[in-house]
Amino acid sequence: MSEPSPKDPAAEDADSEPRPGRVRKPIGWSTIIIAVLVAVSAALVWRRDGADGVLDILTHDLSLFGGILPRVLAGCLLGAFISEILPHENVSRSLGPRSGLMGLLIGTAFGAILPGGPFTAYPVASALLAVGADFGATIAMVVSWTLIGYGRAVAWEIPIMGTDFTLWRIMISLPLPVLAGALGRFVYVRLYPKPLAKDDES
Amino acid sequence: MSAALLIDILLWGSVLGVGLIAFRRGPPVFVASLREGSMDFINIVPRIALGVIGSGYIAAIIPQEVITGWLGPDSGWFGVAAAVVAGAATPGGPVIGFSIGTVALKSGGGVPQVVAYVVAWALFAFQRVILWEIPFMPARFVWFRCAVSVPFPFVAAAIAMLIGKP
Repeated sequence: MSEPSPKDPAAEDADSEPRPGRVRKPIGWSTIIIAVLVAVSAALVWRRDGADGVLDILTHDLSLFGGILPRVLAGCLLGAFISEILPHENVSRSLGPRSGLMGLLIGTAFGAILPGGPFTAYPVASALLAVGADFGATIAMVVSWTLIGYGRAVAWEIPIMGTDFTLWRIMISLPLPVLAGALGRFVYVRLYPKPLAKDDES
Repeated sequence: MSAALLIDILLWGSVLGVGLIAFRRGPPVFVASLREGSMDFINIVPRIALGVIGSGYIAAIIPQEVITGWLGPDSGWFGVAAAVVAGAATPGGPVIGFSIGTVALKSGGGVPQVVAYVVAWALFAFQRVILWEIPFMPARFVWFRCAVSVPFPFVAAAIAMLIGKP
């Protein structure tokens, strides 16, 4: 369905300035897995609760989906704009494979201040990867968003788990994004020596 | 839901902000990224729809009690490991994840175990990985990031044990 068709003039126009990494993936195996999982689960719910049970969940999740949709659009636009306006050289210098601890700290700070949920974090992370951030800095960003970002904490964790627990949990999590990014770099260099050598200008 | 509203305002404010910067680089840049973002959106919607609409069914067949049971009061590193597995296996959104954590805390689960659970859920809950992260990011990056993240719920639990309760 989302198979990138070379005949689509709009897609071709938008891609006139090629952006590595932001490929539009066709429906892949992960979609198939989730589809099978959903179908099996829905069948089990139907056997247990009948058609009413299936419909109840469907209406609830449809309204949830309707609420999320505008935010997904916002996230996609944010990712597209960011990858367009960030100077690629600067990104690969400050978030690239040789950006050192500073790159991990920048990634962490970026993830912590990023507004929104998964609909923002992943498109933006994907944009960063595409414009020259390395796995380590991007891991720091994603981990920082999920562990110390305020979005989920304010909207969900504080109301449900309480302010004390949430702040304490965030405090414990503070060092983790940098550590995860550092571990990511450490493993990446040993796992994929070639892609790194490609970026190495020396 | 004033917090959600605030976050929406911040989110769209950021979109406007970066959009404005793009616009000042010239309308073609602006239009190109607008089109790029919209195409991403159109391509992602079917997958998000499948996941969001389907997640209710997945959550319905994995009852919360099963996962709460794994977060029982048996403390120690075995409990932490069970909590990490439970975090990864928790279906559904943040309401379910955090509610399970709260129930576990109230029913006598150890604090380091609950921290490990919440951190593991945040880092690699299978449903968020498949539903959100894989569609938006290169799959190779996603698996790599998840693998690299595995030690960190344990690190969080260790810090929790060291510095004590909130």
